[in-house]
Amino acid sequence: MTALMHPVIRSGILLAVIALFGTALLAAVNDLTRERIIEQERQRTLSQLHQIIPTGNFNNDLLADTIEINAPEFFKHRDAITVYRARMDDRPVAALLTVTAPDGYNGDIRLLAGIAFDGTVLGVRIISHRETPGLGDPIELERSDWILGFTGKSLDNPDPPGWAVKKDGGKFDQFTGATISPRAVVRAVQNTLLYFAANRHSIFDESAKPGNAE
Amino acid sequence: MRPIRLREILADGAWRQNTGLVVLLGLCPLLAVTNTVINGLALGLATMLTLMVSNLSVSVLRGLLKPEIRIPAFVLIIASVVTVVELLMHAFFYDLFRVLGIFIPLIVTNCAIIGRAEAFASRNAPLPSLVDGFATGLGFCLTLILLGALRELSGRGTLLSGADMLLGDWGRNMAMTIIPEYPGFLLAMLPAGAFFGLALLIAARNAWEHRQAERQAKAGVTMIPNANET
Repeated sequence: MTALMHPVIRSGILLAVIALFGTALLAAVNDLTRERIIEQERQRTLSQLHQIIPTGNFNNDLLADTIEINAPEFFKHRDAITVYRARMDDRPVAALLTVTAPDGYNGDIRLLAGIAFDGTVLGVRIISHRETPGLGDPIELERSDWILGFTGKSLDNPDPPGWAVKKDGGKFDQFTGATISPRAVVRAVQNTLLYFAANRHSIFDESAKPGNAE
Repeated sequence: MRPIRLREILADGAWRQNTGLVVLLGLCPLLAVTNTVINGLALGLATMLTLMVSNLSVSVLRGLLKPEIRIPAFVLIIASVVTVVELLMHAFFYDLFRVLGIFIPLIVTNCAIIGRAEAFASRNAPLPSLVDGFATGLGFCLTLILLGALRELSGRGTLLSGADMLLGDWGRNMAMTIIPEYPGFLLAMLPAGAFFGLALLIAARNAWEHRQAERQAKAGVTMIPNANET
C-alpha cells in the first residue's frame, strides 16, 4: 500500500486520469461532430460539382460513381486524382477531375475540372490554394470571373500555343502583378484535357471504386 | 495575499499585459492570420474560448496538481480543449475552418495559454481565473482585429470581407469596400506587412502610455511603478 502512495505513482495516476478525461471528452465531441463534418465536406464537393454540371444533365449518383487515377506523365505529380463520372442513362456525359497544379506561387493549387465527353470544358473551379491574397487569388470565383474563361474551351480552341497566359503569347489573361498563379491553372487545365483526350473511354469503362481506393 | 479585483484582472489582460502588444506572446498566429478582420476575429475568439476553458480547468484542479507534474497536466488540458475547439469549428464554421486551417490546431502552441495557466490559473480561484482567461483572450482578440483591419484596409481597401463565413448569410452585407477601385498594396498582405503593422501598433501603444505618464507627472501624481511581475 505504501508503494501506491509514493509521490511518483500518485502523480502518474493523476496524469493518467487527466489524460483519460481529455480522451473521453474528445471521443464524445468527435462523436457529436463527425456526421456534421462529413456532411459539410460532402455538401461542399457536391455544390462545386453542381456548379459545373447542372443536375438535369445526368441521373447517376455522382459522389458514388468515382474512380481514382494516377497519371504522373500528364500531371507532373503523383497525387491520386479523383474522377467523378456523370452519366445519363448509363451513357457517359462528363467527367469531373480533382487535379492539382503543382506549380502555384505558394505550393499546390487544387482544382476541379469538368470536361464533357466531347472534350469541351464544362467549367473549372478552385478547390484550395495558398496564393497571395489580393494578387493570385482572383483565380477563385469568389474574387473574379477569370476562372469562367475556361468554360467552352477545348484542346484546339484555342490552338495549342494559345493555351498559355497572354504574357507567354497565349489567349488567357493574367492578373496585374501575378502571372504564376494563372499560368499554373492554365497548364493544369490543358493537362487535364490532354489526359482526357487520351483516356476518355477507359475513364468511363472502369468500374466504380466508391470511397477509398488503394 | 491581497484580494484580486476583477476589474484589475480585466485591465491587465486587455491592456496593461496585452499578449500581443506588451508581452509579445503568440506572435505566430497573430502575424499569420491577420490579413483580414474576420480571420483575426475568428482566431481571436477561438483563442479566447481556449484560454477561458483551460484557465478554468487548471484552476479547478490546482489543489491536485503537484509542481512536478503541472506542466504535462497543463499540456494535456490545453491540447484537449484546442482539439475540441477545432472539431466544433470544423463542424459549424466550415468555411472559416478552411481559411484558418492549420492555425486552429496551432492555438495549442500559443505560449500565452500555458503562460496564463502557470502564472495565474494555478494560483487563483476559478472565477478570477475565468475572468483572466477572458481578459487575456479579449486583449489578444482586439489586437488581432486591429491588425487585421489595418492590413485589410491598406492591402485591399476593404473591411470585414468574408464576414458571411463567421456570421452566416446576413454577414454578407457587412463586407465593406472602403476605397473603391483600390489598386492593392501587396506589402500589407504579405508576412512582412504583418511585422510592420504590429510594430506600428506597439509604437502607438507605447506613445500613448508615454503621454499618459507625462500628463500624470505634470499633474503631480506620484507614479506607482509598473510592477513587472512576469
